[in-house]
Amino acid sequence: MDNLGQNGEGKLSVIEDGSMASKNSNLNVCNVCLGILQDFCEKAFIKKVCQKVEASGFEFTNLVFSVSFPPQLSVREVRSFNIKQSLSLGRDDIVQLKEAYKWITHPLFSEELGVPIDGKSLFEVSVVFAHPETVEDCHFLRAICPECFKPAKNKQSVFTRMAVMKALNKIKEEDFRKQFPCPPNSPKAVCTVLEIECAHGAVFVAGRYNKYSRNLPQTPWIIDGERKLESSVEELISDHLLTVFKAESFNFSSSGREDVDVRTLGNGRPFAIELVNPHRIHFTSQEIKELQQRINNSSNKIQVRDLQLVTREAIGHMKEGEEEKTKTYSALIWTNKAIQRKDIEFLDDIKDLKIDQKTPLRVLHRRPLAVRTRLIHSMETHYVDEHHFRLYLKTQAGTYIKEFVHGDFGRTKPNIGSLMDVTADILELDVEVNHFIVEIWVHYH
Amino acid sequence: MATEPETPVAVADPAVPSLVDRYFTRWYKADVKGKPCEDHCILQHSNRICVITLAGSHPVLQSGKTIESISYQISTNCSRLQNKVSGKFKRGAQFLTELAPLCKIYCSDGEEYTISSCVRGRLMEVNEDILHKPSILQEKPSTEGYIAVVLPKFEESKSVTEGLLTQQQYEEVLASRANATSATA
Repeated sequence: MDNLGQNGEGKLSVIEDGSMASKNSNLNVCNVCLGILQDFCEKAFIKKVCQKVEASGFEFTNLVFSVSFPPQLSVREVRSFNIKQSLSLGRDDIVQLKEAYKWITHPLFSEELGVPIDGKSLFEVSVVFAHPETVEDCHFLRAICPECFKPAKNKQSVFTRMAVMKALNKIKEEDFRKQFPCPPNSPKAVCTVLEIECAHGAVFVAGRYNKYSRNLPQTPWIIDGERKLESSVEELISDHLLTVFKAESFNFSSSGREDVDVRTLGNGRPFAIELVNPHRIHFTSQEIKELQQRINNSSNKIQVRDLQLVTREAIGHMKEGEEEKTKTYSALIWTNKAIQRKDIEFLDDIKDLKIDQKTPLRVLHRRPLAVRTRLIHSMETHYVDEHHFRLYLKTQAGTYIKEFVHGDFGRTKPNIGSLMDVTADILELDVEVNHFIVEIWVHYH
Repeated sequence: MATEPETPVAVADPAVPSLVDRYFTRWYKADVKGKPCEDHCILQHSNRICVITLAGSHPVLQSGKTIESISYQISTNCSRLQNKVSGKFKRGAQFLTELAPLCKIYCSDGEEYTISSCVRGRLMEVNEDILHKPSILQEKPSTEGYIAVVLPKFEESKSVTEGLLTQQQYEEVLASRANATSATA
């Protein structure tokens, strides 16, 4: 019963009131299948499951049906194999109960719901059966094979189906014969239905974003349980997706990230969002366009483009080659000494400048202390006034730009301040992300 | 020696506060180990990291002083230069109490000053640049001329500065010192 409480929202579960069992109480309950091939193959039961499926509100074009039998049912099933083997039937001639159940029910489900059953479907309907009166049937196995029933942290009972099957394969036939009656005793009632659940596998949405705010973190910024800033890039995008896909939750990932005070320009940073347990999954390209428009209309802090549905595999490509990338930045720089155009021109001529960066003090609390060599491929200066100029930089990925400008207590060498023999500070920073991944998204579209 | 309290080295006013003012809080300890005017300044980053520096009023920063050498050898068998930290969790760091010495500064006038940690924590690094060029300690005492970087324990990140003076309290100390000097003069 405990696992019922763990069901997330959007999943559906029911506890049978036992009416199914009592209805047929005057019939003989099969001592092998415990009613699985009796009541639970009837149209009435199939209809009941299908009603739950339809009430769940999921969008689906096919489904995979999974069924879970009580573990002790395996004991009866194997016992019946022994009998059949004595009738000189080979293993291959024996149909497993689960197979038989699926053969019977799949066409019925398919007919009732009007969609095919497909083992690869992302939409899963699962039914869990229990049979309380025979729970102790498999306990004798522990006395014979204690090594198969070791308690584990997140298991409610050591008598899992896997453990029971393992023990059944291990024990000697004569031990089994002694311990378990043949034929098995007759149960009073058929199985009960513990739960009927529907769930949809995750779908993925990808795109690229620009960030135009210097007050917006990429992910929620929370320190000591307190929110530092109201919003975040991931929320501004994902909140709309959650609503439209009617999903339970989301996971945001991106190709790198920017500081809270850094704007992201260029054609945008690739991102992907996993939508967990979505109820709606079918969208026309027009609808996706409208969704993108809706995100873009709701905030001027970010803009999204190339929004599209992608496969899980396509996400992997997003993370590839992150280290080899070259980044383009634009920084507004302040100098303590008055400067003239000629004082900054020399920076334009510097090519592939090697710098040594100690882990910046601002991240040292959570990263190892190291000295990393990075390349400043090229720089271009635009004079603003006596104390300001704009610096455009092309650098190796992983370069800490802010530290390259102010020097981080002399811990990045050389730095703009040391090159110019001034005290330099960085007032604004923009990163331009122009990634080849654009083609990859389109390719998988 | 200058008797007037030193105002921090004035730089042309930037449109925004300086790097130190943007990300760090300044804490002070006056008369460290009971030695008059040997004031230290601890810059604490919002991520709890502390940078140990000399306060503007420290004798070493007064006009006319020349630093002859600096040594991180604080006893015969302990040098702060041997400090090595590894990994995200900074294993192997030397542990420092408030009173732990970090380095000794020898001046040409024969005076010798000991710089202390002032905060409990683990030593991340010492500034080796000041060994080769002691003058940067005097030119840029609160940036390039820092002494050491100390990482307090996470749970002590607030309490490590409890016994220290705030900027305002430090200025009051300087003012009362100036008054005392002019009164005796």
